[in-house]
Amino acid sequence: MILKDLDERDILNGLRALLAEKGIADAAEIAARIAATDAANPGQGAAMVARAWTDPGFRALMLADGTKAAEAMGIPMRGLPPLGVLENVPGLHHLVVCTLCSCYPRAVLGYPPFWYKSAAYRAKAVRTPRALLREFGTELPADIAIRVVDSTADYRWMVLPERPAGTEGWDAARLAAIVREGDMIGVTIPSV
Amino acid sequence: MSNDVPADLADQVPRAMHDLGGVPRFLCEAVDTAPHALDDFDREVDAIRQILGAKGVMSVDELRRGIEALPEDVYHRLSYYRRWVRSIASILIEKGVISEAALRAHATSRGGR
Amino acid sequence: MTGQLAPGTRVRVRLDWPETRGPCHIRTPYYVRGQEGVIHRALGRFRNPEKLAFARPAEELALYHVRFDLRRIWPEADADLLVELFESWLEAA
Repeated sequence: MILKDLDERDILNGLRALLAEKGIADAAEIAARIAATDAANPGQGAAMVARAWTDPGFRALMLADGTKAAEAMGIPMRGLPPLGVLENVPGLHHLVVCTLCSCYPRAVLGYPPFWYKSAAYRAKAVRTPRALLREFGTELPADIAIRVVDSTADYRWMVLPERPAGTEGWDAARLAAIVREGDMIGVTIPSV
Repeated sequence: MSNDVPADLADQVPRAMHDLGGVPRFLCEAVDTAPHALDDFDREVDAIRQILGAKGVMSVDELRRGIEALPEDVYHRLSYYRRWVRSIASILIEKGVISEAALRAHATSRGGR
Repeated sequence: MTGQLAPGTRVRVRLDWPETRGPCHIRTPYYVRGQEGVIHRALGRFRNPEKLAFARPAEELALYHVRFDLRRIWPEADADLLVELFESWLEAA
């Protein structure tokens, strides 16, 4: 391994200086990119879910083409991997993992959480998924089948959870407030 | 139908350290479900990677290859973005975008944060 | 396998271990190698990551969501699985 004697913070210092010197990326550009990336957050995905729960046309669009649905919500998707949406239905629950690295639907959920990138999560999701869900406090009834989605290539996947009982008559804003990050990866289930 | 690979056969083949699906040593490790905030280092490395990708300097596939080429003990010891910055530096050096000597010179001059 | 594969087509993932032969970058997880699955959905065509990872000219390949019964890989798994796999890794089953 090269640069073995350098700390990673020093490597970053070197990279930052050289990228600026070569005109590849300057400080302002990096700051702008950080700001744009920080702006993506699970509230965006939650707004999509809530709209799908209240607008059948949007739900159909979201399931057919997640990228177009995200764009319809004003989420920038240009140049990003296509977004696929996995529909939880009665009796079938989806769980997303990337066993090879940490592919995550960042455009609609923001940075991947720490647990999603962990070796334990990546190892367990495909082998002991029901027990893994219990670590997140999710007890899935035995008659609900689990479909694990290993995100290995060019798509990014989010889960469209089922609308929980007890939310009849709620508007989209109120519904969006109950949808959490983990609900859209499948480690948790929205509830009221 | 019955031609599935017996698990004991597959397990005899060495596995790449990043290819973690079902790996026994991590099955008994608890998942840390607590939130961990990113720091300035993490955000900057992430942003630099995006810019390099958008400008065609280095692809996400190259980033992954560079991470997968880390020694196994380093891979498991380093934080997520510390792996990334090592991969970015080694790929850019390999491609001749930057030189190792120049990176070393600037690394110790500590410009910025 | 080349040509558009219809949902329901039975396929087998090539039993191959490129990581034992030297530097490579592959997106086919270890645990599905040699396993039999079913085409779930065609996802479009994407450039071959095995070449992109080395900045080589990369052809477009068909990418599929392939469905597997995880219990056939690990009896304790109690789930099925969707994985994105490129046509270059799929054989007729």
